[in-house]
Amino acid sequence: MNNISTSLRRVGAVFVKELVQMRRDRLTFGMMFGIPILQLILFGYAINTDPKNLPTALLIGEQTPVIRTLIAGLENSGYYDIVLQADDPAASEALLASGQVAFVVSIPAGFTKQLVRGERPQMLIEADASDPAAASNAIARAEAIVSRALHHELQRGPLSHLASQPPPVELIIHARYNPEGKSSYNIVPGLLGVILTMTLVMITAMAMTREVERGTMENLLAMPVNPAEVMIGKITPYVLVGSVQTAVILIAANLLFSVPFAGPIWLLLAGTCIFMFANLALGFTFSTIARSQMQAMQLTFFFFLPSILLSGFMFPFRGMPGWAQILGEALPLTHFLRIVRGVMLKGADLGQLHAPILSICLFTAVIMTVALLRYRRTLD
Amino acid sequence: MNENLAIDVRHLVKRFGDRSAVNDIDIAMPRGEVWGFLGPNGSGKTTTIRMICGLLNISDGAGETLGFDIRRHPEEIKARTGYMTQHFSFWEDLTIRENIEFVGRLYGLSDLRGTVDRTIEQLGMTHRQKQLAGELSGGWKQRLALAAVTMHNPQLLLLDEPTAGVDPQARRDFWDEIHKLSTQGMTVLVSTHYMDEAERCDHIVYLANGRKMAEGTVQQIIDRSGLVTFRGEGTGVRRLASDLKQKAGAAHVAYFGAALHVSSTDRQAISRMIDDEGRTDVTWNEVRPSLEDAFIALMKEAGEDQRLHH
Ligand SMILES: Nc1ncnc2c1ncn2[C@@H]1O[C@H](COP(=O)(O)OP(=O)(O)O)[C@@H](O)[C@H]1O
Ligand SMILES: [Mg+2]
Repeated sequence: MNNISTSLRRVGAVFVKELVQMRRDRLTFGMMFGIPILQLILFGYAINTDPKNLPTALLIGEQTPVIRTLIAGLENSGYYDIVLQADDPAASEALLASGQVAFVVSIPAGFTKQLVRGERPQMLIEADASDPAAASNAIARAEAIVSRALHHELQRGPLSHLASQPPPVELIIHARYNPEGKSSYNIVPGLLGVILTMTLVMITAMAMTREVERGTMENLLAMPVNPAEVMIGKITPYVLVGSVQTAVILIAANLLFSVPFAGPIWLLLAGTCIFMFANLALGFTFSTIARSQMQAMQLTFFFFLPSILLSGFMFPFRGMPGWAQILGEALPLTHFLRIVRGVMLKGADLGQLHAPILSICLFTAVIMTVALLRYRRTLD
Repeated sequence: MNENLAIDVRHLVKRFGDRSAVNDIDIAMPRGEVWGFLGPNGSGKTTTIRMICGLLNISDGAGETLGFDIRRHPEEIKARTGYMTQHFSFWEDLTIRENIEFVGRLYGLSDLRGTVDRTIEQLGMTHRQKQLAGELSGGWKQRLALAAVTMHNPQLLLLDEPTAGVDPQARRDFWDEIHKLSTQGMTVLVSTHYMDEAERCDHIVYLANGRKMAEGTVQQIIDRSGLVTFRGEGTGVRRLASDLKQKAGAAHVAYFGAALHVSSTDRQAISRMIDDEGRTDVTWNEVRPSLEDAFIALMKEAGEDQRLHH
C-alpha cells in the first residue's frame, strides 16, 4: 500500500512538472489547440468533394433562343459557371490548358437548324480531367442537364415532335489530359510538390533553429558573416537535396506510374527551382520565429496541413468555398500544382503558366524580406 | 577617441525590458594589457562583453572598440576581435579540424590549409583532429575554442569565464596560453570567478548589480577598500564562525582554507569583536586583506541583487 502511494506521489510530481513545462512553451501550447482547430475547420468546412460552379468557357457558333435556354440550363444546374466566351478553338484550348476554365462547351453554327430538323446535332463538352475527382460529377450529370434544359422547349411549340425520341442532342464529352481518369496521373505529379514542401521547409527551419538551441548562434554572430550570407549558405545544400528528390519522383512517375509528360521539361524544372526557393525561404523564416527544433517542427506542420488540404492536392481546389480558395491562393503549393500538372498532363507552355510562376515568385520575395528583417544580427 | 585604448566605452547601459542588466559602465582599457572582469553571477559581465564586441545593441551610452564605434561598425569590430563565449559554442557535430577550417574560411584566412594545420599542431591535437568536438573534455573544448577565436590574429581577445569547470592543471595551461598571446601583442579581457586568475591580471574591473564597483590593480583595489583584516586560526574556528557572522555588523567573515578572515573598515569595531570572543583555541593575527576580502566587502556594499527579486 505504502509503495503505491509513494509511487503515486512521484507520478504526481512528474505530472505537475510536465504541466508547468507545457504551459511555459507558449508556441507548443498554442499549437496543441491551433492544430486541431485548423483541422476541424479545414476538414469540416473547406473540403468538398462535389465541386460546383466550375468555370466554363463557351465556344458557340450562333445565338438562338434554344441555345440560350441550353446555356441557362447548364448554369442553373450549379455545376457550370459560364465565365467567358472564347473566339476560336485555339483560345479555348489555351484556357483549358492554363486551368483558367474547367470546361469548354462548344456548340457549332447550324446547331439550331439541325435540332429543329431532328438531326441530333452534336454538342461538345471538353473537360479538364487532370484531376478526375474535380470534373466527374459535372460530366456525369451533363446528359441529364442538357435533356432537362431542352425539355420545356420540346414540350411545346414546333419542337414537340422531338420530345419522345432519343435525346435530341448528341452530347460528346472529351475528358482531356487524363481520359482514363487515373488518379495517379493527378497525384504523382502533385506529390512532387508535397514532398518538396514537407522536407525543405522542415529541414531549413530546423537547421537554423539548431544553431540557436545549441548556443552556436552566438559564435556565428560574433564572426564576420552577414545574414544574407548565412541564409544563402544554409539554404543551398538543401537545394541539392530537393533536386535529388525531384529527380527521383520524376523518374518514378515515368517508370512506375507511366504518368505522361506532355510539356517542356525545362519549364517544369524552372518552376520546381522557384518553388524550392519559396519553401527554403519559408523554412528560414520559421527558424527565425521558433526557439527550438520542436517548435520549428510544429510550425512546419502548421503550414503543411493547409498546404495539402487547400492546394488542390487532396481535394479539388474548385470544390472549396471562396475563403478557402483565397487561403489556397496564398500557398505556393497551389501554384506549383498548377505548374506541374499543367506541364506534365496538359503540355502547357510558359505563356499559359506565367500566372502561377509569378505568384510563387511573389510569395518568395515577401517571405525572403520577412526572413532578412527577422534575422537578428545581434543577440537581442 | 584615444588611439591607445582597445576598449573605450562610456556610460554603457543595457536594458532588457524594464530591467537594466548593465548600468552606466565606463571602461577605458589600453592596448596590450590583460584585464580581469569580476563580479557575482548576473552582475552583467557577459552582457557588457557582448556590447563591447557588437553582439548586443546598447540601450544607452557610447563607445569604441579598437577605434570603431560599437553602434555603427560592429562588423569592423567583429573582424578584429576574438570572442570566446561563456558556454562552448563550437559545433559539436563537426570534428576539431572542421570547426577550425570553418572559422578560418569565415575570416577569409590566406593559406587556409597551412594555418589550420599549424593551429591544430599548436593545440597538440594533430593526431585527433578527426575527433568530434562534442566528444572532447571540458579543458580540451576550451583550448579548441581559444585556438579557434585567435586564429585570425585578433587585436582584442574577449574571454567569458573561459576556465569555468576546468581542472586546475588545464586552468594553469590555459593562462600560460593567455600570457603568451598577450606577449604577442593581443589585448585580453577575461571574466573569471577565480582569485588566482584575477591576481594574474594587470587591472581588474569589478561589477555588481550591473554597476562598476571598483577597478584598478590588485594592490589598488585592496588599498582602496580600506579594510582591516584579522585572521583566526585554530581548532575553535569552526564553532566561532557562525557566532561571528551573527554579530558581524559592519564586518564580514569568510573562510580562507581552514582559517577565518574577519574584515572591516572599522579597526576598533573589529578588535572589540575579537577581544569579546576570548576563545583560547583560536589565535588571531592581523594580516593584509586579500583580494577576495576586498571583493566580499564590495559585494556587501552593493547589497542584495535587486534585479533578482523582480
Ligand atoms: N537576453 C537577455 N534577456 C533578458 N535578460 C537578460 C538577458 N541576458 C542577460 N540578462 C540578465 O542580465 C543580467 C546580467 O547577466 P549577465 O550579463 O549574463 O551576467 P554575468 O555574465 O555577470 O553572470 C542578469 O540578471 C540576466 O538575467
Ligand atoms: Mg556570464
